[in-house]
Parts: sequence; structure tokens; C-alpha cells
Amino acid sequence: MAKDRRQKKSKYTADRNIPGAFEGETVTRRRFMTTTTHAAGAIAASAFALPALGFAIGPVFEKRERRWEAVGPTTDFTPDTYVPKVFTETYGIGDVGKTTVYVRQHNPEIDGPQKDEYDAYIAISTKCMHLGCPVRFVPASERFICPCHGGVYDFQGKVDGGPPVRPLDRFYTRVRDGQVEIGPRYSVNSELRRFSPRYPGEPLDGIGQYLYPSRPTARKL
Amino acid sequence: MKLKLSAPIPAGLKPQPRRPGEKDPGAAGAAKEAGISAVDWLDERTSLSGAARWMMFRKVPKGTNWFYTLGSATMIAFLSQAVTGVFLAMYYRPSAAEAYESVRYITNEAFLGEFVRGMHKWGSTVMVILVFLHMGRTYFFGAYKYPRELNWVVGAVLLVLTMLMSFTGYLLPFDQKSYWATIVGVNINGTGPLVGPYLNDFLLAGPDFGATTLSRFYAIHMMLVPGLIAALIGAHLYLVAKLGTTAPPWLKAEKDPELRKESA
Repeated sequence: MAKDRRQKKSKYTADRNIPGAFEGETVTRRRFMTTTTHAAGAIAASAFALPALGFAIGPVFEKRERRWEAVGPTTDFTPDTYVPKVFTETYGIGDVGKTTVYVRQHNPEIDGPQKDEYDAYIAISTKCMHLGCPVRFVPASERFICPCHGGVYDFQGKVDGGPPVRPLDRFYTRVRDGQVEIGPRYSVNSELRRFSPRYPGEPLDGIGQYLYPSRPTARKL
Repeated sequence: MKLKLSAPIPAGLKPQPRRPGEKDPGAAGAAKEAGISAVDWLDERTSLSGAARWMMFRKVPKGTNWFYTLGSATMIAFLSQAVTGVFLAMYYRPSAAEAYESVRYITNEAFLGEFVRGMHKWGSTVMVILVFLHMGRTYFFGAYKYPRELNWVVGAVLLVLTMLMSFTGYLLPFDQKSYWATIVGVNINGTGPLVGPYLNDFLLAGPDFGATTLSRFYAIHMMLVPGLIAALIGAHLYLVAKLGTTAPPWLKAEKDPELRKESA
């Protein structure tokens, strides 16, 4: 193998005959200056960009507390039909934050045995699980009907037809001082198993529950 | 970088001294000279005329026709949106309680308010139509091919940003239609696997349409996206001037008569 006759470049600046080099110095002052300037620029830019970015995406990780809200005495509700009630789901934006909820008593013939303390009354959300339009309960057909794209749900809120991908969301309910109270929202899959709340249009059966994660801070009760 | 100047300085900007026997042009001549020296003063310090000539006095291919004006038309539509938008912002209040009332004031009470808001509202539709016509022209004339692929990509990003403008602007009147259309639009966005739910949380500033959703849409609509669009239009135009425009596909390059003789 032929010997490489080119002179090896030394890593020491003194060996490269750079004027004013120190003993043992490996980084030229020009390179040091350039690196320092770039680093200072990067620090200055991230000093405003990172807090601004965090400020903008903060709400994604923010935990929202919900208070229980009374919607009427227990005598208002029967097991056979829904009663529409209006309550405030989002605070601080006036009428826009209000929503209708359909409430009835737990009906063992339809719903089976009561799951837990939050299941004595059934509160169905009016948010259509296709794209979020407001559904309406039609007592004559015992169906929930969505005006936007023709979603239809049965008496329990399970999908009966049209584009919705999962049953209507529900709210936890409890009874305090003879009043039915509405709590946080939860989503259900086609077997009415509870999940932390998801956006409409996100299926929860099979792989859907993994493809559409819920907010990191939103959990079931 | 050295700019290649394709056009000489216009003769009007190169004043000649008065020839012997020529009449004194008087006050009009003096005014003209003052204008020329003002332009010269600026140019001597900025060399802007070089860039301006590079941008404006370009050679265009034979067969250039009215379809080639669709890009400029789109840009004018954007400028119209920008100007009317800035003035609408002087009256608009982006809060859930006041937004509808402020839009009602603009439409019904402010002087020329209905006209300016109308220009902004209908202009947005015009802009989307023009964007698509411009894109169609580029596609059918093959103007996206080498070396203009990057400009096609920039244009595609501009299309997405224009759609984002339409989406965020639709909420601002804050009536029933804009509220529910936004709910539906956000939920369509949420059906994107894995990232969809998080993007929704970002757009809505929380799990639901809340107190700061409207102001968030407003900030995206009038600060974030317009800035990006303006910057990308600059890049788009630079590439148009740098690469030149294409001839329409029905024009074939003329063959050298000598070559034609050879093949016959």
C-alpha cells in the first residue's frame, strides 16, 4: 500500500501556524466566535418561541374540573321516556355554553342491571356522534334524529342508521337532596362500555379506541 | 448574488443636458427634473431599480394569453382581503358575548360597513375560485414540470392556507350557521387518526368550544395565516421571476430551417 505523502492536518492550531495560537488550543478563535454567535441567536430565539408555543398548546394538557349541576327533582323523570333539560356544559361563554340533555330513569327491562351509583338516571348528550350537530328525541318513533346528515339512534342512544360511528355520549348522574344532578361527560362504544370523552366521528370499537386517544387529563370517574 | 438585468434603464430616467438652441422647458421641466433626481437619490442608496427591472421587465414566451393573469388576479384578491380585513378589525370584537353584536353593528350601522364586509365575505369566495382556476391553468399547461416543481409545492401550501383562512374566518360572525359549521369542521378534523384529537384540543383551546376558541380562531385568521401567505406569495413570485413562465402547450418550438431541409 502506497504511503500517503500528504501532510496530516494537526488538530492543534499551533501546528497549523495560525498566528497567536495558544499551546494546546484546538478550536480557532474564528470558529469559537461563530459558534458562540449562533448559540446566542438560538438561545434568544427559543427564549421567546418556546414559551409562546407552550402558551398556545397549553390547553391540550390542561385539566378541566366540572361541577355537578341539578336539572330537576327525581319526580320529573320516568323510565319510559326522555325529558329534555338545559344545563351549562361550558362556563364563561353565556348561552353558547348551554346544551340540552335528555334524561330518564334507569329502566332494568331495557338497560339491564344498574352498573353503579352513577347509573340510576340516564342522561344522553345531544351531540351527534357523526360530526357534532344537535340531535333531537322524537317520542313517537322513540328515536334520536340528527338534522344535519341523517343520523338515527335508538331509545338507548345506540346507532340505528346513518353515518354516526358510535352511540350518543352520556353524562354521569347522581341524586342529591331529591335533585338529579348532571356531572362529567363520557363516551360509550357499541356495547355501552364507558370510555373517557372523545370527539364525535371517532369510533371506539376495536382499534378505534387506540387510534383516537382522549385528552391526557380527561379520565372516567 | 449578482442579478442579471434583462432590461436597460428606461430612457425617461436618463435625462440628457439641453442641446444648444433648445428651448428652456421652464417650470414643467424643472418639476420633471426634481422627480428624476428624487428617484435617482433613492436608487443610488438602495439599488432598488435593478431588482424592480428584474421583476417587471421580463421576457415572456410567445403565446402568453389571458390565462396567465389568473395568478395576479389571485394575488389582488388576497390584497383586497388583507385591506378590508384590517379595516374590519377596527370594529370587530372577538369575544363570545360581543362578536355577533359587533358584526351586526358593522353590517347595519357603520358607514360603508356592509360594503366593506361584503367585499371581505364575497372576496373570500372569489379568492378560492381564482386559486383553483390558477391551479388548473398551471396543471393543464404543464407549468408544474421541471424546473418549476418547487413553485407547485409552494402553491399547494398556499392553497391549504387559503382553505384555513376560509375555515377560521367562517366562525367570526358568530351566528348559528358559523357556530355549527365550525363544530362540524373541527370534528371532521378530529377524525384524523392519532393526531386528530390533539389538533382539535389545540384548535378549540380545550375539550369543547370554550371561552377562548373564538379569539384563537381570530388570531389564526388575522395574524398567523396571513403572515405565512404573504411570505409564501413572495417566494412564489420570486420563483416565477427567476424561472420565467412557460409557453402554452399548443406552441411547438420552431425548427431550424437547415435541419428541416436535412430530414426531408
